[in-house]
Amino acid sequence: MKEAASHAAGAAPRIDELRPGIGAPGTVREHHDHHEIGFVRKYIFSTDHKVIGIQFMFTGLVFFLLGGLMAMAIRWQLAWPWTEMPVIGRMLFPETGRVISPEFYTMLFTMHGTIMIFFVIIPLLTGAFGNFLIPLMIGAPDMAFPKLNMFGYWAMVPAIFFALASFTVEGFGPAAGWTAYPPLSTIESAAPGSMTGQTYWLMALTWVGASSMMGAVNYVTTIVKMRAPGMTLMRMPLTIWALFIAALLQLFALPVLTAASIMQLLDRIVHTGFFTPTNLVINQISVEADLGGAAGGQPLLWQHLFWFYSHPAVYIMVVPAMGLASDIISVHARKPIFGYKPMAYSMMAIAGLGFIVWGHHMFASGMDPRVSMIMMVSTIMIALPSAIKVFNWLGTIWGSRIQFTTPMLNALGFVAMFIIGGLSGIWMAATPVDVYIHDTYIIVAHFHYVVFAGSVFAIFAGIYHWFPKMFGRMMNETLGKIHFIGTFIFTNGVFYMMHQLGVAGLMRRTADPYAYETYAHLQPLNQFISISAFLLMGWQIFFVVNLFHSLFWGKRVGRNPWKATSLEWDTPSPPGHGNFDQQLEVYRGPYEYGTPEVEEDYLPQTRKL
Amino acid sequence: MRIICTILFLALLVFGVYTFVEAPNHGWWLPENVSSFGPDIDRLFNLIMYMVGFFFVLTEAILVYCVFVYGKKRTTKATYTHGNHRLEMLWTAVPALLLLFIAFSQMGTWAEIKFKGNRPEGPPMAEVYASQFDWRFRYPGRDGTFGTMDDLENAFEFVVPVDEKVLFHLKTRDVIHAFFVPEFRLKQDATPGMTIPVWFEANKEGTYDLICAELCGWGHYKMAGRVRVVSRPEYEAFLAGLEEDMSSTGMEG
Repeated sequence: MKEAASHAAGAAPRIDELRPGIGAPGTVREHHDHHEIGFVRKYIFSTDHKVIGIQFMFTGLVFFLLGGLMAMAIRWQLAWPWTEMPVIGRMLFPETGRVISPEFYTMLFTMHGTIMIFFVIIPLLTGAFGNFLIPLMIGAPDMAFPKLNMFGYWAMVPAIFFALASFTVEGFGPAAGWTAYPPLSTIESAAPGSMTGQTYWLMALTWVGASSMMGAVNYVTTIVKMRAPGMTLMRMPLTIWALFIAALLQLFALPVLTAASIMQLLDRIVHTGFFTPTNLVINQISVEADLGGAAGGQPLLWQHLFWFYSHPAVYIMVVPAMGLASDIISVHARKPIFGYKPMAYSMMAIAGLGFIVWGHHMFASGMDPRVSMIMMVSTIMIALPSAIKVFNWLGTIWGSRIQFTTPMLNALGFVAMFIIGGLSGIWMAATPVDVYIHDTYIIVAHFHYVVFAGSVFAIFAGIYHWFPKMFGRMMNETLGKIHFIGTFIFTNGVFYMMHQLGVAGLMRRTADPYAYETYAHLQPLNQFISISAFLLMGWQIFFVVNLFHSLFWGKRVGRNPWKATSLEWDTPSPPGHGNFDQQLEVYRGPYEYGTPEVEEDYLPQTRKL
Repeated sequence: MRIICTILFLALLVFGVYTFVEAPNHGWWLPENVSSFGPDIDRLFNLIMYMVGFFFVLTEAILVYCVFVYGKKRTTKATYTHGNHRLEMLWTAVPALLLLFIAFSQMGTWAEIKFKGNRPEGPPMAEVYASQFDWRFRYPGRDGTFGTMDDLENAFEFVVPVDEKVLFHLKTRDVIHAFFVPEFRLKQDATPGMTIPVWFEANKEGTYDLICAELCGWGHYKMAGRVRVVSRPEYEAFLAGLEEDMSSTGMEG
């Protein structure tokens, strides 16, 4: 403890502390008995940031499969509503005649959104890459608080328990959308299916929040206090900047969501009235009189609190992806990142502006139209840093020497499709236009282009790129390329035409759009989208096979298979406990590719000239 | 791989533009516009679409070019540069000005639709009640005030006069719903505990789907209504008919 305290007082760790087994705070004792720890301590209850990162990665990927399967059921219903689902319909819905019921459909899209956001994208980007990369890229032996880090992963377990348990409770489960707007989410009789389910959903959300919070505290502390000598802030890779900024966003925004979900829990369990207005009558029953509930609350309060977190959360889901893509593009284009400082500053601008744009989710909510006007200006202006980033990525590959490796293909795919997601956002920001397109499929298209075609492609790129460092083996390039080509084609097949559906006015979250005459002619387009979605899902078999095959039989690699410059490639693959087996000193920024100073086309950050 | 990658990105560019050009021919586009402020909204939609489309084509074309040209195998090093200050200034300032232009171009229309000064004067023509999962439309009756014995109520169909500003109060009895008529370019949530004034002016007679646009429970998909726009005399006749029905069945509002 004394050592830890004395270290916390100093700035960066001394160079000899970075060697495993010597003087590194917090981790020092574990280094000594490093060889004695058993399987459980090493792989399950591990305090090693790399193991925790990999745990987050596999957890995220398993949930990705689950969320994806839910999306397939949603697509089945939208293409062929109320028809028997082949094969699996018999297993899933025997009581409704193998057909998705409207209650179940509502639960499907609620849990699809919840799982993809809270159990896939955020854990993969900040949990997996954050944990694995931060100490390695800044030259630290581990996180600042390794035990807290372990607890951060294990806080996901109750979250997972509650999320999965919500499927099994009476009724069907949470059915108020991932946004959980009250009173639909707070008054049980409003959504008969979601009695205990919604309560479990709120518990899951709170635990996910706790997990993210512990991660964020760790990331910020580690990045601020534990950089290797010479690793100034402006020599950090953009991935680290991105993760740093995302962690700050979580630190400032998450408490609001946690408070709001506890308020909603209280509304549900002890019938407080934070979000329940006076004179609410549900199913002919007065909420105040018969349910003994308090009243006088404001449904809009939840929307404000929820989006105050959840809009910054959108940036938590995309800023790290921008960082990963920047690093991967620079490595495989063999060229320094174009405009390092504008890249870092624009991410800060996105994060800062991200706190004053939440109202754009509420343009149709009945909020004061003057507030909408202010939120519109800030929302439209947040497109500016995104535009700067796109131009700088293009600047990076201009005049470069592109190596078409699988990580590079996925990173280029990220840029190609993030452009679409970024540009379509401008429609939504413009209040008069949003009055028409709000809650239509153009919104669905927009956020899937950002989060799926953007972040997920960056995650794929990241996995292909850092897999050799994680496991000491390469992933198969041929399978990887096949995976990329199909995924790129079908992703656009699924999401691009959703723009047109939205322009035609098609609503989200309806189990049967063709009940309206207005939408009847859109069914063929929806069928095309659904077929693309099934192919997209099926195509992921190439990724799964590649992942597991490479895990055991991939080609073994040395320290630096991509000839990259950043610090993580100065360690063995995979790195041992304590990460670095040599003294580290950082002499330059992370993007010295094609430099005339040396003969090779890259100059690692640690090489002394 | 260079050629495949070039083709993929080029295809995204070509199909991306082509689907937008082709969509109106298949009805995958904005429905007919019949409201007084609709043309303004469509104009703003198109303005943004052309600006966004320009940058889509520009950036994707640069990407395709780079992949094609700089993907070639070569032994020389890549251009060694860390950036260019003037270029950064250029691609910060130009988008910033365009975005500000977009932001300010929206304000007039927003103010016209939403701000009090532009809302029709006087008491509302109707009160619209949303509840799980139907719509009810209440007219004040002869005395012109709501909450009295002679209130008239109609379910499912909202009958309004053509070419007149229709002001109504939107309310919900239970959860959040939203009043959405695509042809009017109008969408407004009905929020519990709030009475929200909404107006539109329909310029063409006909019937239009009224759609609930905010998730309101398991029956959300079937919460349909209809708006019927009729001439003034037909509207008066409708009200008179409603009054007769109500008095003959002894119903109260």
